[in-house]
Amino acid sequence: MNAPKEAGLAERASALQGMGESRLRKEDARFIQGRGNYVDDIRMPGMLHMDIVRSPLAHARIKRINKEQALAIPGVHAVLTAEDLKPLKLHWMPTLAGDVQAVLADEKVHFQMQEVAIVIADDRYIAADAVEAVEVEYEDLPVVIDPYAALAPDAPVLREDLAGKTEGAHGRREHPNHIFTWEAGDAAATEAAFAAAAVTVKARIHYPRVHPCPLETCGCVASFDPVRGELTTYLTSQAPHVVRTVVSLLSGIPESKVRIVSPDIGGGFGNKVGIYPGYVCAIVASIVLGRPVKWIEDRVENISTTAFARDYHMDGEIAATADGRILGLRTHVIADHGAFDACADPTKFPAGLFHICSGSYDIAAAYCQVKGVYTNKAPGGVAYRCSFRVTEAVYLVERMVDILAQKLGLDKAEIRRRNFIRKEQFPYTSPFGFEYDSGDYHTALDKVLAAVDYPALRAEQAATRANPASPTLMGIGLVSFTEVVGAGPSKMCDILGVGMFDSCEIRVHPTGSAIARMGTITQGQGHQTTYAQIIATELGIPSEVIQVEEGDTSTAPYGLGTYGSRSTPVAGAAIALAARKIHAKARKIAAHLLEVGENDLDWEIDRFKVKGDDSRFKTMQDISWAAYHQAPPGLEPGLEAVHYYDPPNFTFPFGIYLCVVDIDRATGETKVRRFLALDDCGTRINPMIIEGQIHGGLTEGFAVAMGQQMPFDAQGNLLGNTLMDYFLPTAVETPKWETDHTVTPSPHHPLGAKGVAESPHVGSIPTFTAAVVDAFAHLGVDNMTMPHNAYRVWQQLRDCGAAL
Amino acid sequence: MIPPEFDYHAPRSVAEAIHLLGELGPDAKLLAGGHSLLPMMKLRFAQPTHLIDLNRIDDLRGIHEEGDQLVIGAMTVENDLIDSPLLRARLPLLPEVARQIADPQVRNRGTIGGDIVHGDPGNDHPAIALALDASLVLAGPGGERTLPADGFFLGTYMTQMAEDEILVRIRVPAFAPRTGYAYHKLKRKTGDWATAAAAVVLRLDGGRVSHVRIALTNVAPMALRAHAAEALLLGQALDAARIDQAAAAVMAICAPADDLRGDAEYKTAMAGCMFRRALAQAAARCA
Repeated sequence: MNAPKEAGLAERASALQGMGESRLRKEDARFIQGRGNYVDDIRMPGMLHMDIVRSPLAHARIKRINKEQALAIPGVHAVLTAEDLKPLKLHWMPTLAGDVQAVLADEKVHFQMQEVAIVIADDRYIAADAVEAVEVEYEDLPVVIDPYAALAPDAPVLREDLAGKTEGAHGRREHPNHIFTWEAGDAAATEAAFAAAAVTVKARIHYPRVHPCPLETCGCVASFDPVRGELTTYLTSQAPHVVRTVVSLLSGIPESKVRIVSPDIGGGFGNKVGIYPGYVCAIVASIVLGRPVKWIEDRVENISTTAFARDYHMDGEIAATADGRILGLRTHVIADHGAFDACADPTKFPAGLFHICSGSYDIAAAYCQVKGVYTNKAPGGVAYRCSFRVTEAVYLVERMVDILAQKLGLDKAEIRRRNFIRKEQFPYTSPFGFEYDSGDYHTALDKVLAAVDYPALRAEQAATRANPASPTLMGIGLVSFTEVVGAGPSKMCDILGVGMFDSCEIRVHPTGSAIARMGTITQGQGHQTTYAQIIATELGIPSEVIQVEEGDTSTAPYGLGTYGSRSTPVAGAAIALAARKIHAKARKIAAHLLEVGENDLDWEIDRFKVKGDDSRFKTMQDISWAAYHQAPPGLEPGLEAVHYYDPPNFTFPFGIYLCVVDIDRATGETKVRRFLALDDCGTRINPMIIEGQIHGGLTEGFAVAMGQQMPFDAQGNLLGNTLMDYFLPTAVETPKWETDHTVTPSPHHPLGAKGVAESPHVGSIPTFTAAVVDAFAHLGVDNMTMPHNAYRVWQQLRDCGAAL
Repeated sequence: MIPPEFDYHAPRSVAEAIHLLGELGPDAKLLAGGHSLLPMMKLRFAQPTHLIDLNRIDDLRGIHEEGDQLVIGAMTVENDLIDSPLLRARLPLLPEVARQIADPQVRNRGTIGGDIVHGDPGNDHPAIALALDASLVLAGPGGERTLPADGFFLGTYMTQMAEDEILVRIRVPAFAPRTGYAYHKLKRKTGDWATAAAAVVLRLDGGRVSHVRIALTNVAPMALRAHAAEALLLGQALDAARIDQAAAAVMAICAPADDLRGDAEYKTAMAGCMFRRALAQAAARCA
């Protein structure tokens, strides 16, 4: 009897293209037609171009800078050095991590390609010629590349500007090259667990330095209007509001007269969180010259200088019972932060959220200690497509669990099954104090193992190992991960004192369409698509007529930006709650129009209807019109709301990934035969976009695990700073991805959503390593260091006597 | 990534190009596809003051037969090698190699002649020219001369071509019936140069090798022809011991530079490996 009515409801719901629909990406129409508007597309009248003179040396004293020849080139307006910035007190700037960083090298350079001087010219070509014409005389200083060597008693002092400073932003400094020591967990309880354990394992797990390498490099167009005293800067930023605050504090221009705009952004992956010397210099140049100034990095500058990721040297230890039940986890980390501590972490967490390193396991006692160290490398240490240091944490625990399994001769699925936090233990407090909100790891594991017929894979592997003529080694990698994302509750998380809330403002127009603005900024995540879907479901307005705007600090409400998988967990919640404020007002208007009490109304997809009478209703469109000309007495006209959402907790997405590789015993090449990623991100807003995010993250994870590296020679030269060497896989190299999911909604998030874009990166990297190592497990190998490129894998084959 | 200033010239004929080259002297560089030269200029490793662009000289493009010879214009782009029915029928190694060079976009601009005369040991066509017994026709102020590819390559960026000459054509004998061939190239990813690569051209007569050419890419300052390995195989049956000896002879002439693709030990081992695979495939195609 209800069939036609139900069909009508389904049709109405589907017309909204709300949550759960695989709505096509609204952004794609302009991107695939070349109609995007990126920072480098912005041209302003009278605009000048900036280029940067960079140090060829990694550690050297600057003896002399001669600008004369550069200034003599027609079309060159200025050449500025640290000496010129000194009177403005802008030759150094504070970093997000509580350190300072040279804007232009002050007396000495600390890493290769460090900014030494800037040149401002009529066009990009003249600027490049002028950079060549600036003469800089250096005196070599001893270079420190190895972070362990940096802490040696007689190591060269890198940061002379910090001489005598024994207190850093995060406590006592024990050595001139020591930045901080940070610890979490219970050292004594962990020590006791180790003392009593039947089995312990220990290994050094190195997570090498890599670079996020977004397709669009960093850059800005700074435009200071000397008449109005206003500064507008178009800038490649994942956090434009934070940039506005910092620029105001540095320049003294009131925040109300600073406008930061992040237009279309071509990928960020953490590389666009920080505030770079190039931005500051372009802004200063615009203020000094009174004309717009554009600065765009080239690829070599991007890879060499702006925000690397990782570079963690981790000594992991596990204590366990003889049957593989983990009793304790301990880690000591040396973190190579480069020449300045410019990590982008919540202020109280100099090692980010690394203390998620107990993973998906129920471990009674755990302790971690991270020591930050200066070396002659570029600063950074950002979260490359992950929440702050979660990638490093997951890598550590997953490697260590595999090493324990190999020592005990236990299957790698079985050891996880024995140690997982059980479904009924949630909410679960980890030994580091995180409250995991929800999870169901055993179900996810069983689903993955069944999908690939895991016992058959192990049988095939055994047969391959038994055949000495086999041209390949077969490896199976299995990883479980728990992320901690959605930073974060302001009681724990702030950046420069600003709480890590996020925000949304929604205005519903008289004719029933709407505009929404957020403090986040999409860099490829598809916010304009998915945010509209949330509002569509909450308010019954078709997502097609909901405009989503982000990135302009003059119009968007203050927010902390997009990184650390925080858009859906934080801004997504703000959107839902702003919409619910509007929904509540809409109910009052509907009740007024229908002349019934608010409680006499039922909400149904896109309308309020009188209980028990389907013929009496007001659609959201009716209500929108009424809001602007017949609002109920005592109620303000209009239909809009703002919400600032301070999350009560992080969210904890999780997943189980499995990878099968075949390694060519002659060349060392690794072929990914199969990769299955099962993700649980809670409520799924747009399954198609989730699928795309997972494919993208897996591909980036593949790049990191199999090829990306930033090797330095002893002089501090970065070898391989172009895309010829730095590995960005093409469609040809990229494996075929299989995906699956379970849904365990977050109990504290208004939508139950947890965030997803970073899971595939966090989860896949240890899976690739696990698979490659597993191929060698029968030869006594229990760990290998990334990247697992053919050359390195071949060396392992050779060393094991397994090369053909 | 911005080159210094340079003047651009676009001659319409070979004669005009040779004249310009003579007039402008050693500060002038010839521009073919530009996929080696332009990146070097952007990085300011190369700073020519004049570029002579050969792309508008129609006479330098195209593929035709002259009896048992195939004549390929030096400015013929890689994609035209891939698409040529003539090459597919009579010299199928060339289209097969071109498919392994860079990516489709690069192959629309990159030319066989530019690839050969640039003298970069990472380029693929020098080794192929050796394996195919190709001849290179050079035009200069005094007219044309023809040099065999074998002996043309002297070292990194160094060839027998004089500063006032232009490579105009490549002449290659078409494959005799039942010629086997293969080019095996190990690379890190699409668009990369070879870690090591080996070309084999082979004919068998009654199970014994009657013709063999072996050439190697990127394992020495220049493309190498593996004469000793060829001599070990000629007249012999391809048994395992012979192949091992030939592979050892191939590896013995390798002198690769260490880089991020691998050290000399790895690259040398890979040259052996690529040779074995190319030989096996070439032998299978001899039927």
